[in-house]
Amino acid sequence: MSTPSAEHPGHPAALLHHFDTAEQQKDASTLGMWLFLITEIMFFGGMFTAYVAGRFRFHEAFKEASNTLDVTLGAINTTVLICSSLTMALAVHAAQVGKKKQIVWFLLATILLGCTFLGVKVVEYHDKFVHHHVPGLHFHFPGPNARNAEMFFSIYFGMTGLHALHMVVGVGLLAVLAVRAGKGWFTPDYYTPVEMTGLYWHFVDIVWIFLFPLLYLLGAHFAITGH
Amino acid sequence: MITAREEKLNYLTADYGVKSWLLTVDHKRIALLYLATITLFFFLGGAFAVLIRLELLTPAGDLVQSQTYNKLFTMHGVIMVFFFLIPAVPAVLGNFLVPLMIGARDLAFPRLNLASWYIFVIGGTLSILAAILGGVDTGWTFYTPYSSTYSNTYVMITAVGIFITGFASILTGLNFIVTIHRMRAPGLTWFRMPLFIWANYAASLIMVLGTPVVAVTILLVGVERAFGLCIFNPNCGGDPVLFQHLFWFYSHPAVYIMILPTMGVISELVAACTRKQIFGYKLVAMASVAIAVLGFLVWGHHLFVSGQSVYAGLVFSFLSYAVGIPSAVKVFNWTATLYKGANTYQTPMLYAFGFIGLFTIGGLTGLMLAATGLDVHVHDTYFVVAHFHYIMVGGAIMGYLGGMHFWWPKMTGRMYPELPAKLSALVIFVGFNLTFFPQFLLGYLGMPRRYHAYPEEFQVLNVMSTAGASVLAFGYALPMFYFVWSLRYGQRVGNNPWGAKGLEWLTSSPPPTHNFDVTPIVTEPAYAYAAEEGAEIVHT
Repeated sequence: MSTPSAEHPGHPAALLHHFDTAEQQKDASTLGMWLFLITEIMFFGGMFTAYVAGRFRFHEAFKEASNTLDVTLGAINTTVLICSSLTMALAVHAAQVGKKKQIVWFLLATILLGCTFLGVKVVEYHDKFVHHHVPGLHFHFPGPNARNAEMFFSIYFGMTGLHALHMVVGVGLLAVLAVRAGKGWFTPDYYTPVEMTGLYWHFVDIVWIFLFPLLYLLGAHFAITGH
Repeated sequence: MITAREEKLNYLTADYGVKSWLLTVDHKRIALLYLATITLFFFLGGAFAVLIRLELLTPAGDLVQSQTYNKLFTMHGVIMVFFFLIPAVPAVLGNFLVPLMIGARDLAFPRLNLASWYIFVIGGTLSILAAILGGVDTGWTFYTPYSSTYSNTYVMITAVGIFITGFASILTGLNFIVTIHRMRAPGLTWFRMPLFIWANYAASLIMVLGTPVVAVTILLVGVERAFGLCIFNPNCGGDPVLFQHLFWFYSHPAVYIMILPTMGVISELVAACTRKQIFGYKLVAMASVAIAVLGFLVWGHHLFVSGQSVYAGLVFSFLSYAVGIPSAVKVFNWTATLYKGANTYQTPMLYAFGFIGLFTIGGLTGLMLAATGLDVHVHDTYFVVAHFHYIMVGGAIMGYLGGMHFWWPKMTGRMYPELPAKLSALVIFVGFNLTFFPQFLLGYLGMPRRYHAYPEEFQVLNVMSTAGASVLAFGYALPMFYFVWSLRYGQRVGNNPWGAKGLEWLTSSPPPTHNFDVTPIVTEPAYAYAAEEGAEIVHT
């Protein structure tokens, strides 16, 4: 993602020397961002594959382990993230139409919602520590499926941990954007960074939309279908 | 007088000092930074190979014992695969040539390009650190649960190094794809692009789609090792075969990251040296894409004896054969181009001939290995070692060196000396075959790979192989000397010493920082040599 603004403060819309037109420059940034998101899909894809393999082989253990997760907290977090995607989209829209103050406010709202999500995640992780559901030496799970339940929790921590890491990065990016938006860097002619960060934020949101049913609602699913 | 001096400024002389190199965003300078780095890694990986071959000179384990030997072949594989072969053609020749060949002033994201080199250096430094601390003994494949649970060597540092380096590869691929899509010169339609660009585009697809998968796989091995998570360890219900699937999903296509850009080089060399349009240009271009796509569907042929289902094995076997089709299309079309061409036999062409022959042997033995029945017999023997060295060394490195000779005058403005260069191509070809052909026989006779000792009846072939390795080492050392020599004493050349077609030959040698004084406009297909000689252009 090219951010010409870093080299030409005050002239954020400056065209880099190797592009012919501003349109070409923006097209390049957009294509680059989508390619980056494709690499992210492949990155998470490896973990989804591990999840699928485990779920097919040990669905009984996965069901039991899934039932210990707090569906309410998970649902709250899902709502929080969907709302944050809305505020992010509104921030991009504000940038498009040139409402400079609104950009800042919507970005701050997105940051707040993102932090709320991470806060709820901390509470959930804490619960896992208390209940010895963290894989490793102190792992404890009642019943005959303990070992395979450990695999479920490994995947749970792997996937949600990686997702949370992406959230942290996203919040950092939003903070930088908010500062720059406050300085009035973004205009209807040049708001590429806002739009690109928006794409990233929606992507991280969508990953969670997949994680929530796969991890939290799995037990309920097995209960209904009887598998 | 001042104007005269300014006219001579090129990307090498535009700026001076260490800082001007370490903070450069010029794709040509970054290519040279990569060149220096991977050359270092090549000789480091080569040093491990020398020790391996010395140990195998005698049946007994007299130079090193098994533990050290395990580390030697692991470090050889890790360094050669991740730090030399994968970046070799894309990051050096690709970085230098992609913008030049499509008439652009730079890659789309110059600063990401520089970042990719730094990421590469950090990853490489960590891997060297692991080697210095005591090495790693898992094999370059890091099979679990040995790597994630049992090995007492420096797996973590090496894994982190490879994980980080992966992002350098992703950034290079991403940069190439965006650049090729968005920054072509006016008139340069997709089917007018040089085949080198097509090949790098296809390889970039693999870098972008495949590398993240190996990154997450290595990450999972890392967290399993560090925090006791349970993904691959069968003790807690984890699945070691899952690791093999995830690993080879990237690492088989990774072979095509090495070979596809090299095939692009060969297309350029064959066209320039025969002064003909590449026979079946469109098919050769599409074959690159086909290899990239099919390459993602064949990883299971590494798991024929890993407890994969027989039916999966059949499908993977069939698909592996299918990759042979686009590969053969390329070989046949290069050969057809050579037919009745105005062939010249300068050094780049000798390397191209070497590539075509050795790649054919490597490819055909690959088809043998894709047959499930035969693979069970020769799995994990020297037959496999010989096969992939014919592709990676005989193919990829021959093509890389051919390309280096061909574009050396463009990079430096000076010509390499022809006679020692021809000698090096010959010595490498002979040395390579002497090293690796005996390994086909050893493998077929049943010598397993990755052992430091072997029964006495295998000694003759092993001695031949080691002797060949010393010839090969001499062959690789030669270009180091005459390339450096030519920097100062080589004959100065003009824009186009080969009289070749292609936008990179329109600009001066070495090119100015922004590549072209005037953006070129393309009006003819690639390799339109016929026009020059007054004959009719074959329109594609």
